Amino acid sequence: MTEARAADKALVDRILAGEEQAFAELVDAHHASMLRLAHAYVSSSSVAAEVVQETWMAVLKGLERFEGRSALKTWVFRILTNRAKTRGVKEGRSIPFSAMEAEDREPAVDPAQFSRKGSWAEKPSQWEVTTPEDMLDRKQAMASLMEALEELPPQQKLVVTMRDVEGWDSKDVCNVLEISETNQRVLLHRGRSKLRRLLDEHLAGS
Amino acid sequence: MPSCQELTELVTDYLEDEMSFGDRVRFKMHVAMCPPCKRYLNQMKVTVETLGSVPAPVIPPDVKDDLMAAFRDWKS
Repeated sequence: MTEARAADKALVDRILAGEEQAFAELVDAHHASMLRLAHAYVSSSSVAAEVVQETWMAVLKGLERFEGRSALKTWVFRILTNRAKTRGVKEGRSIPFSAMEAEDREPAVDPAQFSRKGSWAEKPSQWEVTTPEDMLDRKQAMASLMEALEELPPQQKLVVTMRDVEGWDSKDVCNVLEISETNQRVLLHRGRSKLRRLLDEHLAGS
Repeated sequence: MPSCQELTELVTDYLEDEMSFGDRVRFKMHVAMCPPCKRYLNQMKVTVETLGSVPAPVIPPDVKDDLMAAFRDWKS
């Protein structure tokens, strides 16, 4: 058993033994991510909060049957995404994972910015801020960035949220969303490229 | 070497380290010689890092209390 799996098992055993602190640890570790992720599937933050609440109940109910074949995190988040998906479908907001957005051929940069040979005709502009710390002070740009993240096509939004906002590694994302590494990377690329363009509109100096 | 336009489509493969050794060398050579592409690559990095610095939402205390209450119910 790997170290991580052993830690998972220890935590599960403590929760099953009724140790409240152990459940609190699990909640603290994942609740915020679960909210963000659920929100990618459903219409409002209040519905997302309900889905997360239900997920925790389902986790407690099913915990005895957790066999450690996957990481505890993956197991919890699969319960979450299944519930969020069901809820999204009910709301008429199903995310069509088969109609792959990955095939979306939208270029990272407007082709008009390149010459026929593919060199920059209109070069990327100098940004007024160049570090994430300074970026956080640019309230307007940050608000637009969060808005743009919301408005990404659903799969791109999921992948960018998990990878870049939550800091998951690609393997975990593929496991939870049940998509291939290649697919994950294409979605990530499309999403990130779009968000860079958005920031560019806000931060391009004269 | 990739063109500038091609390079903008390879950035994620590069950042994810999902490139053959040869492609990686060619990518890096292009960036080293091409200031606009260097700027573009930096902008992509800043975009990713900015997303990562967004503070996590805090669990409202009443929500946590409800969950802990549910836990005590489940336990009994």
